[in-house]
Amino acid sequence: MTTLLPHKFGPYGGQFVPETLMPALIELEREFVSARNDPAFNAEFDKLMASFVGRPTPLTYAKRLSEKLGGAQIYLKREDLAHTGAHKINNALGQALLVKRMGKKRIVAETGAGQHGVASATVAALLGLECVVYMGSIDIARQEPNVFRMKLLGAVVRPVSSGTQTLKDAINEAIRDWVTNVRDTHYLLGSALGPHPYPTIVREFQSVIGREAREQMLMDAGRLPDTVIACVGGGSNAIGVFSGFVKDEHVELIGVEAGGSGIETGKHAARFGDLTRGRVGVIHGTRTYVLQDEDGQIAETHSVSAGLDYAAVGPEHAMLRDTERAFYTSATDEEALSAFQTLCHTEGIIPALESSHAVAEVIKRAPTMRKDQVILVNLSGRGDKDLNTVIKEMQKSE
Amino acid sequence: MKNRIDEAFKKKPIFMPYFPLGYPDLATSIDVIEALATNGADLIEVGLSFSDPLADGPVIQQATQVALENGITVKKSLEAVKELRRRGVTIPLILMGYFNPMLAYGLEKFIRDAMDAGADGFIIPDLPMEEAEEFESALSGATQQGSEVEAQVAQNTRPSAALRFAHIVPMQFREDEYLPLIQMLAPTSSDERMESIARNAKGFIYLVSVTGVTGERREISNDLGALIARVREHTSAPVCVGFGISTPEQAAQVGQLADGVIVGSACVKAIGGSESPVQAAREFARSFADSLRR
Repeated sequence: MTTLLPHKFGPYGGQFVPETLMPALIELEREFVSARNDPAFNAEFDKLMASFVGRPTPLTYAKRLSEKLGGAQIYLKREDLAHTGAHKINNALGQALLVKRMGKKRIVAETGAGQHGVASATVAALLGLECVVYMGSIDIARQEPNVFRMKLLGAVVRPVSSGTQTLKDAINEAIRDWVTNVRDTHYLLGSALGPHPYPTIVREFQSVIGREAREQMLMDAGRLPDTVIACVGGGSNAIGVFSGFVKDEHVELIGVEAGGSGIETGKHAARFGDLTRGRVGVIHGTRTYVLQDEDGQIAETHSVSAGLDYAAVGPEHAMLRDTERAFYTSATDEEALSAFQTLCHTEGIIPALESSHAVAEVIKRAPTMRKDQVILVNLSGRGDKDLNTVIKEMQKSE
Repeated sequence: MKNRIDEAFKKKPIFMPYFPLGYPDLATSIDVIEALATNGADLIEVGLSFSDPLADGPVIQQATQVALENGITVKKSLEAVKELRRRGVTIPLILMGYFNPMLAYGLEKFIRDAMDAGADGFIIPDLPMEEAEEFESALSGATQQGSEVEAQVAQNTRPSAALRFAHIVPMQFREDEYLPLIQMLAPTSSDERMESIARNAKGFIYLVSVTGVTGERREISNDLGALIARVREHTSAPVCVGFGISTPEQAAQVGQLADGVIVGSACVKAIGGSESPVQAAREFARSFADSLRR
């Protein structure tokens, strides 16, 4: 069987799923290709992106942060200002329109930080779809406001208490639901992960971030950035912003993984950063870098940010890393929390803890750069959902 | 020369229970599988545990989780298969597990060690036709290596060397170069897919009877007969049905349509939940085997 779109990124990606799901993946790919070639679909998508999501999101020059760090000029791509407070809505809306096109009535989604769950619940309400969101019990506890938002929006939130009780297990449950109800249900996968065609679909719907940011950089700064920085869990916000610059070979692309308590402690989610346990494997339908033990069992991960707390990275990132088109580093919980506060104080913006990892890298890197150099950082989401976590962490360190 | 799987299908329908190695602990699981084998099972799916079994329902999830907590590994699982052969279990043993632990072990090494241990084939639920090539090529790599060993043994007239290699691969596999990767079909498979999958089927076809994960269902689908008939249009290989079969009565019902009946969750639940698992395994196997032979 051949696929309509490339199903691999170099040696990564693929379709490692039970046979029951293969026909659904084939249908999804076919529908996606036909939708993208359909002016009416694109017009509806673009219209809702403007009138419902509030795009384009602004590009903000971070004047005080740039001055404070004393090096490169820093620009923020403000995905935190998109409706529902994160970039997740771009992909959720695109896939939900595909669901309508396929004539399915029900969506299931997984969520870690709750941002994708909220985005899914939102588009389900908008388009009149039934929505079930699977969320690890630990994540439910640490992202309570988002759980409440999903319920308000009419979604059913199903706690997942198996395994590590985080994003990985939420994905397992979402896939099990999908296998069972595949005939009338679409799995609205929220990151650039999973079996083909998901990594490609998610990148395409998120590529709006990179397209807008590139144009805005040229308009506002009169030039392209030297460096683009984004946090990487599964990697959808990063692949979205990177896609706008990947052909500009002189633009450096930096992904920031969750360093947790530090790589050396083993409590982190740095798939590229951990040279011992981060190895190529297969999880949730895709071949990529996966944190695993010697026996191929998927490792437990840790991050203060639920959205980055996942054992595998999107397959396209694995390829970008191997080809050295992008570079990957990590920020610890502590660095992210400190960056969180810095951005609050200097710019009046409360970033999501996920995005704070990208800001932490900016704080390390900007002072080493010249004042005529430019960093673009993708501020993937806002931090209101994280206030409970941050209050607790700040009390701990006091 | 025929292998053990083909031998097993001489009488139909066959009874094919699934049980994971390491549950509730390694020693008990070996005893349980031996008891299943000596009390009417015609073929056993020996489960390898994985942390993220996305095609499995709660019963098998929980059992394999316990097995992992108790320290089961791929290596220990393969040693257990060897132990079962040492105890004289002669029915086919098919290794059923997810792809990642096999990858981590090294595919060719995994296949060679599985052959060495006396396994008869593989079922990998997260390896559809689209991704099977890598495993198939490792399979032929490993089997060819097996033939080379055989050739060396044949050339070497010294009995000591022959003995030294004799345990590596049971002779019958090297003849036939076939330790099958069992292909799965589902109710959602299109005719086109059924045709391409069934055309290359080796051993038997594993037909997933319902859209869903493993686990018991109250009733057997009315559409099963039609589904099996669709599969048979494309292959003469035996068709075995799994997912959702939980009672001897259901097994008998499915056995009238299919060449084999696969029972997973119900088997794990009955045996794992029992005070004396080995006794439970004997009774379980007998009741299902009897219902199929009646």
